Amino acid sequence: MALIRAEELVKTYRTGEVDVHAVRGVDFAIESKSFVVFVGPSGSGKTTLLNMIGCLDRPTGGKLAVVDTDVGTLDRPAAAEFRGKHIGFVFQDFNLIPVLTVYENIEYPLIMVQDWPEKKRREQVMRLLKAVGMSGQENKRPDQISGGQKQRVAVARALATDAKLVLADEPTANLDHDTAYHIIELMKKMRDEFGTTFVFSTHDPKIMGEAEVTFTLEDGRIQQPSPRPVAIHA
Amino acid sequence: MRNILKIAVRNLARFGRRTLLTSSLITLDIVGVLLFIAVAGSFKTIMIGQFTDSMLGHLEVHRKGYVASIDSLPLNLNMQPTMVGKVEQALKATDAVDAYSERIKLGAMFSNFTETTSIRISGIDPAKEIATVPLLPGRVIGDKRAGALLNPGEILIPELIARGLKVKAGDTVVLVATNRDGSVNGKTFSVAGVMQSASGPGGKDGYISIDDARALLRMKEAEVSEIAIRLKNPAQIEAVYAQLSKELSAIAGAGAGAGAGTGSADKSASAGKGGGSGLEVHTWAALSPFSNIANMIDLLAVFIKIMMVSIVLISVMNVMMMAVYERVREIGTISAIGTPPRRILALFITEGLLLGLGGAALGTLISLAAIYALNIWKITVKFGMQQAIVLSPAVSARDVVIIAALVAVMALLASLQPAWKASRMDPVTALGHV
Ligand SMILES: Nc1ncnc2c1ncn2[C@@H]1O[C@H](COP(=O)(O)OP(=O)(O)OP(=O)(O)O)[C@@H](O)[C@H]1O
Ligand SMILES: [Mg+2]
Repeated sequence: MALIRAEELVKTYRTGEVDVHAVRGVDFAIESKSFVVFVGPSGSGKTTLLNMIGCLDRPTGGKLAVVDTDVGTLDRPAAAEFRGKHIGFVFQDFNLIPVLTVYENIEYPLIMVQDWPEKKRREQVMRLLKAVGMSGQENKRPDQISGGQKQRVAVARALATDAKLVLADEPTANLDHDTAYHIIELMKKMRDEFGTTFVFSTHDPKIMGEAEVTFTLEDGRIQQPSPRPVAIHA
Repeated sequence: MRNILKIAVRNLARFGRRTLLTSSLITLDIVGVLLFIAVAGSFKTIMIGQFTDSMLGHLEVHRKGYVASIDSLPLNLNMQPTMVGKVEQALKATDAVDAYSERIKLGAMFSNFTETTSIRISGIDPAKEIATVPLLPGRVIGDKRAGALLNPGEILIPELIARGLKVKAGDTVVLVATNRDGSVNGKTFSVAGVMQSASGPGGKDGYISIDDARALLRMKEAEVSEIAIRLKNPAQIEAVYAQLSKELSAIAGAGAGAGAGTGSADKSASAGKGGGSGLEVHTWAALSPFSNIANMIDLLAVFIKIMMVSIVLISVMNVMMMAVYERVREIGTISAIGTPPRRILALFITEGLLLGLGGAALGTLISLAAIYALNIWKITVKFGMQQAIVLSPAVSARDVVIIAALVAVMALLASLQPAWKASRMDPVTALGHV
C-alpha cells in the first residue's frame, strides 16, 4: 500500500485572466519508508506538488491520497489537523521560531500541535537532539547556531510528532555543498532509524543522487517516473 | 497555555523597545486617569461639603409644592406643627440621621432707616442649625464674637447688603414682612454679624432666630418652612432619601386631616400648583444649581476614561498589527506544521493582553504611589469661604479594578482583529512572504 498516490493530479492557478498550469496531470505512487526526490527546472511545479502532498494547497483536478486520506477534500481546519498529525515539514529557510531555544523548537509541535505529557516530551526531544547530533546545544537560540545546525533542528522538529511523512522543499538551497550533503545524509539516517518517508525537492545534481526514488518534473509533468537503485556515495 | 504565555512574553521582549514604548503609554494613561479620579473626586467631596455643611444640609423636607415655588418662599405652604412632629419622629427613628434643623423661610424688606432692600430670611434655632450645617459659623466675616452665634432680637446679614447699605455689626436695622393674611409687620434687629454667601457673590440670605421669625410673621402656631437634615455619612444620601420619601408619604397620608384643614382655608395661588397636605424630600443636589459642577466633574471623568480607552485601543492595535505583519513567515511556519488556528489566535491575543495588563499594572502602582505622595504633601485648594482646604485624593479599590478591567478588555478587543488575521493566514502565502 503506497503512502502517497496521485492520479491525474492537476493544479491550475488562476491569476487574473491567465491560467497558470503548474501541474498538468501527474500520476505517481510513493511507498512508505522511501527516500524520494522531485527534481526539475525552476517553475516545473516541484513546490506546487509538495504543497499539495503536504495539504498546504488543494489540487484543482485529479486524485491525491496521503496516508489513506483523500486530501483533496479537506477544508482548512481539517487540513491543519491532518498536517499536525501525519506530516513534518523542513523548509528552505529553516524557519525555526526565533524566540524559542533549540530544545523548545523541537518541543513546539508536541505542545502546540499535539498534547504530549511533559515527561514523554522530554524523552522525545532528548532522543531527537541526539539523533540529529545537537545534544548539548539545546539551550541555544536559533540565532546562535549555524545554518546546518538550524536545519538539523528543523529535521528534529519535523520528526517530533512521529510523523509518517516529512516533506522538504529545497532543504539544502541555503546551505553550502558539504553541509547540504550532511543534511541529506541525516535525513536518510532518520528514515532508517524512524522509518519515516522523506520527500524532498532540489536543484542540486549531487544531492539528487542521494535519493532512492527520483521524479523529474518538467513543465508540470513527470518526465521519467523511474525508481533508481540506491546511490552509492563514494 | 503556559507555552502560549511563554512565547507571548518572549515576543514582547524581542521587540523590547516597542513594547516598552506602548506599555509606558498605557502606564501614563492610567496614571492620568487614576490621578484625575482621585484629585477631582476629593475636590468634589470638598465642594459638596461646602454646600451641604454651610447652608443646605444633606436633605431637606418641605410641604409638597413648596420647592416648586421656592422663589417666593410661600408662607401658605409651611408645615403645620402636627406634621412637623411626625417628621421629627421619623427622623429620630432613622439611624443615619445625625441632626436636623427646622427653619422658617421668608422674604422681607431690610432697612437701615435710610435705604431699603429685599432680603431672604431663614429663621433658625442656632444650636440645631449649627449641628446640621456645621460650617455656618465659619461664614461669619471678621473676628469671632464671643458667645452665641445668634441671640433673639439679632440678625446675621449677608455681605452684599452689609456693603451696599453700609451696615456693620452692632447696628440696628428693621425687617418688614408681609404676613400670610396680607398684613404687614415690622421688627427691629441688632446686627450680630456679616456673613459670606455660601452660594456665590449674589446671595442675599440672612438669619434670625426662629421665634423672631414667627413673631415677625405673627404666626399663631409653630409652623416650619423646611427641615434640613444632616446625615452621619454623606455617601448614604440617596439611600436615606429613598427611605424618607417613602416614610414621609405614609405620614402625610395619615396626617391628611390636619393638613387639609388649613390647606383648604388658604386662598393661595399655589393651591392650584398641587400644594397640599403631602410632604416631599429633596437632596441637596436637587436644591442647588451647584450640583451641576459635581455632575460636570463626573462627566469629565467619563470623558477622560473614554480617552484612556481609545489610547489603549489604538496603541495596542497598532503594535499588534505591526507584530502580525512582521511575523507573517513565522505564522506561515507554525500554521504549516499544524498549529490549530485557535492557538495562533490565542498566541496573539495573549500578547496584546499582556501588553495592556503590563501597562495597567505599572500604571496602577505608580498612581497609588503618587496619590500617597499627594496626601503626604498636602495639596491645598481655595474654595468657597475656606481659604486653604487640604485635598485628600483617594481612589477606591472599585475604581482601580474597573480601570484595570477596562484596559484589559480594550487590549483584548484591540488584539482581536490582528490575531484573527494571523489565525486565518494561508500558510503557502505566508511562507512565501518576504
Ligand atoms: N500562487 C501562485 N499563483 C500563480 N502561479 C503560481 C503560484 N505558485 C506557483 N505558480 C506558478 O506555477 C508554476 C510552478 O511553480 P513552482 O513554484 O511549483 O515551481 P518550482 O518547480 O518549485 O520552481 P522553483 O525551482 O523555482 O522553486 C510556475 O510557473 C509558477 O509561476
Ligand atoms: Mg519551488
